[in-house]
Amino acid sequence: MTTTNGSNEAIPTLQLLDPQGNRVTTRGTKGYRDRAAALTAEDLRGMYRDMVLTRRFDDEATSLQRQGELALFAPSRGQEAAQVGSAYALRPQDYVFPSYREHGVLHVRGLDPVDRLRFFRGSDHGGWNPTEHNTSVYTIVIGAHTLHATGYAMGVQRDGTPHDKNDGTAVITYFGDGATSQGDVNEAMVYAAVNDAPVVFFLQNNQWAISEPTTRQTKTPLYKRGEAFGLPSLRVDGNDVLAVYAATQEALERARLGQGPSFIEAFTYRMGAHTTSDDPTRYRTSEQEEQWRRRDPIDRLAALLRSEGALDDDFEAEIKAEGDELGAQLRDGVRALDGGSAVSSMFDDVYATPHGTLATDRAWYEAYDAGDPPASQYAIADSAQGGAR
Amino acid sequence: MSVITYRQALHDTLRAELARDDNVFLMGEEIGLFEGSYKITAGLLDEFGPRRVRDTPIAEEGFTGAAIGAAMLGLRPVVEIMTINFSLLALDQIVNHAAKIHGMFGGQLAVPMVIRTPGGGGQQLGASHSQNIELYYSFVPGLKVVAPSTPADAKALLLAAIRDDDPVLFLENLALYNTKGEVPADCAPATIGKAHISREGEDLTLIGYSRMAHVARQVAEELADSEGLDIEVVDLRSLRPLDRDTVIASVRKTGAAVVLEDDWLTYGIGAEIAASISDGAFDHLDAPVRRVAMAEVPLPYAKSLETAALPSHDDVVTAVHETLAAVGRRR
Repeated sequence: MTTTNGSNEAIPTLQLLDPQGNRVTTRGTKGYRDRAAALTAEDLRGMYRDMVLTRRFDDEATSLQRQGELALFAPSRGQEAAQVGSAYALRPQDYVFPSYREHGVLHVRGLDPVDRLRFFRGSDHGGWNPTEHNTSVYTIVIGAHTLHATGYAMGVQRDGTPHDKNDGTAVITYFGDGATSQGDVNEAMVYAAVNDAPVVFFLQNNQWAISEPTTRQTKTPLYKRGEAFGLPSLRVDGNDVLAVYAATQEALERARLGQGPSFIEAFTYRMGAHTTSDDPTRYRTSEQEEQWRRRDPIDRLAALLRSEGALDDDFEAEIKAEGDELGAQLRDGVRALDGGSAVSSMFDDVYATPHGTLATDRAWYEAYDAGDPPASQYAIADSAQGGAR
Repeated sequence: MSVITYRQALHDTLRAELARDDNVFLMGEEIGLFEGSYKITAGLLDEFGPRRVRDTPIAEEGFTGAAIGAAMLGLRPVVEIMTINFSLLALDQIVNHAAKIHGMFGGQLAVPMVIRTPGGGGQQLGASHSQNIELYYSFVPGLKVVAPSTPADAKALLLAAIRDDDPVLFLENLALYNTKGEVPADCAPATIGKAHISREGEDLTLIGYSRMAHVARQVAEELADSEGLDIEVVDLRSLRPLDRDTVIASVRKTGAAVVLEDDWLTYGIGAEIAASISDGAFDHLDAPVRRVAMAEVPLPYAKSLETAALPSHDDVVTAVHETLAAVGRRR
């Protein structure tokens, strides 16, 4: 497949499944086709189920936000193939540094769906234990976590992970087209490259950084950024779950084998808003949205499964029932989350090791909470110091 | 007990900590082959190899962020930022990430890292390379900021910083690297957040940190010899957490205070100390709290102007005399 960057210049893009759901056989893609062919019908049905459930999660969370149950939500609609396909290539020991829209990745990593909304609810910083699923919490500051991923990968390298395509450890970091303009992301690639860090830079180019199109970020196809830093770099059709899976698996194996970092640009489209607080009709055309609706990643996989006899109405009904269950779980679970803790709890995790100033501050707020505030936060009890002279 | 320089104390401590704990490693620009711009890391690349002593690209935000990631894994990176001026390029990683990850991740991950960086003017390095901007970091909950003024404290606080589970900005000072002092061989880690009374006295309290604590001690000794004054010196040592108790107890005893700082006066660290004294020792004061700080200008490059702009020994003597005169009018 080729797409253009607005200048009618063809950009080489790996595609294994066309928008109609037909497997594509292009010269030079055999290695990737073999990786996709190793997926069983059951694997593909699993991917489909996870993509549909990711979209359901999106819809339910968006509704909860509209009902005032979440402060904000950033939907992933349209990016299910990029997220589920790449996450399927991960192994349990691999470590994920997501940005804030990777609901499909988190779903595949097995994170509890209610925990995934704690942060958007404002009931908990982070929301899940990163070490439990080898998945860091969401990072809102654009691109900053790509450096954390690089440093983490250098730590993995330093710990002496085995150089083995199955048993080695790789790190993957997800970021968007807007983030590629950030110094952090560029510095992360410099650093990862010169240190051969086992990290995969996974760019979801969804073509929109809030209201700014990719043309405001770059004059060249973004995968070429990775190339410029010396990273093996590949552009894939981000709405083609097979291509995403095969490309990510290859890059992760390269990392696990000790062959250094890679860069993947998954070319996709953000079908929804940036977050629940913006309205995309103000900055893009309905023609463009309609064009991408016809490239819906879920429809594409469904067409393949149907043509290969792996999807029938019973399975659709089963997934629908699972989605209804997920919806109920989210509605009940989110509403039951503790909306606010004691004021003094804000001091709990400011430092890993407690200290005097923090204790003084906390004591003052606790006294204030109890309706008995001392005159000053910092005044030392006069009795302890002998009183005023 | 041996008499060594502040530079040597830092070097020896890094070397001992590298030898003690394999999780400790150093990162920074020019710290390996070139042995550091101020030679703190001399010989360490040869001794510990590139796995433990890593030269980085000229990308402060980059290597500071990478150090945060390594610390999240449980390593103990000690980052050298060549001077505190260049830390501005890493401000987002330090303020928004190192300082907040423990809190924002619900206490699940700590960031046990140290950023070593020298501040200080007086070296004719020009306005953008001579700043004292430790205030920017001292302002931020989640960070710890320590600022030793003696070789012994340099060692004790660096030991504490490396072993601390929180991110610590370790402030060095260009003018202190060659100063000498006694350092006990069996020096224990300091308690971060404890000030030190480096000279006891009854007449007035001088409060400072880093280079200005050094100046405070010199002035106190001189005025004791020349005028028989009995001045107490509080060396803050830690800017966050700030040991208000020690400051307030000292001022309650002496009834007068002069706060010394190498940074700009307005909104400076001295303002925080003066406000704390007002909170905790208002009724004990016999004179307004005085501050001695640098002129509110980008530090000039010309030597004569640079010297004029920086707070000097004589400025401190004047502030002490004026404050004691005000005390005399009240007592």
